[in-house]
Amino acid sequence: MSEILVLVEHVDGDVKKVTLELLTLARSLGTPAAVWAGPGYSDAAKARLAEYGAEKIYVAAADEIGDYVVAPKAEVLAHLVAERSPAAVFVAATGEGKEIAGRLAVKTDSGVISDAVGVGEGFVAEQSIFGGGVNVHSRVNKGTPIITVRPNSTAPVAAAAAGAEEKVEVALSDAARAARIVERVVQEKGARPELTEAAIVVSGGRGVGSGENFAIIEKLADALGAAVGASRAATDAGWYPHQFQVGQTGKTVSPQLYIAAGISGAIQHRAGMQTSKTIVVINKDAEAPLFEIADFGVVGDLFQVVPQLTEEIEKRK
Amino acid sequence: MNIVVCVKQVPDTATERKLRSDDKTLDRDAADGVVNELDEYAVEEALRLKEAHGGEVTVLSMGPAKATETIRKALAMGADKAVHLHDDALHGSDALGTSYAISQALKKIGFDLVILGSESTDARTGMLAAMLAERLGAPQLTLASKVEVEGTSIRVERITDYGYDKVEASLPAVVSVVEKINEPRYPSFKGIMAAKKKPVETLGVADAEIAADQVGLASSWSEVVDFAAAPPRAAGTVIKDEGDGGAKAAEFLASKKFI
Ligand SMILES: Cc1cc2nc3c(=O)[nH]c(=O)nc-3n(C[C@H](O)[C@H](O)[C@H](O)COP(=O)(O)OP(=O)(O)OC[C@H]3O[C@@H](n4cnc5c(N)ncnc54)[C@H](O)[C@@H]3O)c2cc1C
Ligand SMILES: Cc1cc2nc3c(=O)[nH]c(=O)nc-3n(C[C@H](O)[C@H](O)[C@H](O)COP(=O)(O)OP(=O)(O)OC[C@H]3O[C@@H](n4cnc5c(N)ncnc54)[C@H](O)[C@@H]3O)c2cc1C
Repeated sequence: MSEILVLVEHVDGDVKKVTLELLTLARSLGTPAAVWAGPGYSDAAKARLAEYGAEKIYVAAADEIGDYVVAPKAEVLAHLVAERSPAAVFVAATGEGKEIAGRLAVKTDSGVISDAVGVGEGFVAEQSIFGGGVNVHSRVNKGTPIITVRPNSTAPVAAAAAGAEEKVEVALSDAARAARIVERVVQEKGARPELTEAAIVVSGGRGVGSGENFAIIEKLADALGAAVGASRAATDAGWYPHQFQVGQTGKTVSPQLYIAAGISGAIQHRAGMQTSKTIVVINKDAEAPLFEIADFGVVGDLFQVVPQLTEEIEKRK
Repeated sequence: MNIVVCVKQVPDTATERKLRSDDKTLDRDAADGVVNELDEYAVEEALRLKEAHGGEVTVLSMGPAKATETIRKALAMGADKAVHLHDDALHGSDALGTSYAISQALKKIGFDLVILGSESTDARTGMLAAMLAERLGAPQLTLASKVEVEGTSIRVERITDYGYDKVEASLPAVVSVVEKINEPRYPSFKGIMAAKKKPVETLGVADAEIAADQVGLASSWSEVVDFAAAPPRAAGTVIKDEGDGGAKAAEFLASKKFI
């Protein structure tokens, strides 16, 4: 079977869950080959990728790759596409992943499918568009299919493979060195699961009222082992950092369970959470539009309902 | 400084958006066209940079005849002039075709800085700025929540999963903005009146030296195979809190095996 390149998403040397999902998906359509671009590669990373089915691991670990915005990673992939003629390239549909895919598409004169929620036979992709209102099947008909896949679209399943390593040296072009990262500012991480990866997300909005009050959202999240999210009203007010914003201009999440407290459900917020499998809404206004897509809703004061819910969950443990 | 802002007309997200049954492209007649929200932030940033550094702001929009409404809105905010890339041959272009057509128009217009929104509300591919940077060989300064220009250097804060990166480059450059960057101004009455007299140049495929076999539906690199309305979500249960709302919610979660 022919090779499918899967670009590895990694932070601090750790392979992100979405990569394991992409490897699982690639396995159903060909032979997965992981592509590591940037510093931080380790034996632990190698073991993880092999555990989830990477037959091969292409490693381009030069520090330089991490020093510039997006372009170096696209050059690494373009180099491999030219050398290996893979059947397809899968990239996580994150902000940066989409940009890498876009540049790669131009470089290789190949079509690109954005934000697929599934990929089937013949690399026909499934997209969920217009805020989840329409389902589309689409495909690439020129060049190597480049498909960005939304995190949480496939359940990762381990299936050990060889994980044969192959070093890749790519001489970066001047154009790839045009936008230099001079400083990385880490705002806060915490021990909670990553927002786009989490099986459960608990989000708070303007109704939460203050940064301190977000503690009650965090307590519920911790009781459930969930990630914390926020509406734009909450991030704009400075109650929670921007990288936790869910929505049109924040993260798109697709967890098994999404709990929203004190969020009205503006279209821009819904755009980022509408494909969640189960949605629970807590809001004191019975007319809040988010109730329209709730599987379960409580009309009430979140300061009463959320702590009671947290307590009930702790009791049942 | 010569700033070009890319502005897209998109269907109003408050109305029902559809694909056409004939050629499976976006049905632009079914809904009211509005300025893509983030592009208002792009226009605002361009105007602020012009106010600080001097120069000119040109609006560039690729789209059908009715995209002129969107162009006028950007002009009413304060942009100086506009270019409307308009040709039936462009209909149905995918992201590759669109980025190619826009890059050709940009080469013709000339620029020190190109500013885009980071994502449209209709297609939401979020790829256009990166594709333009690639095609133009210009630095990619995307997902910016802050932009500073000093002479020919430019610095942005690029939002990331963990916070943000400080990024540096030299002009000319391609920037895309997120909504944290500013608060777009409303067009004043004076601005709306003035916009009616501002120059709008229409470019066709030949004018912008766009190869016709690289754009349009038939030449696209990707295609829609089929589509269908998503089955509506099953109506849920909404209860009123009578002092046991949290406990009821816990029961629901237990029934779904979340706890
Ligand atoms: C370009 C652009 C991009 C945007 N991107 C995003 C995005 O990515 N994500 C996003 O979320 N928004 C985004 N927005 C903003 C969006 O339009 C809304 O303004 C925002 O989602 C509102 O947040 P909210 O629901 O928390 O606040 P509100 O709409 O003010 O709602 C607060 C809710 O809390 C309820 N409430 C208040 N007190 C209590 C209480 N004690 N108990 C229970 N309920 C209570 C109220 O009834 C109300 O329904 C964007 C807007 C623009 C223009
Ligand atoms: C629902 C849907 C899904 C699609 N999926 C794909 C896909 O998977 N692959 C693919 O190749 N194509 C796809 N397309 C086609 C794609 O929409 C067009 O190519 C589009 O013109 C560019 O993509 P975008 O709007 O997503 O750009 P984005 O990258 O999301 O937009 C960013 C910015 O680019 C600027 N911009 C975008 N379009 C224009 C314009 N016409 N004129 C001026 N400035 C502009 C704006 O500043 C905007 O804020 C899809 C279209 C639809 C309607």
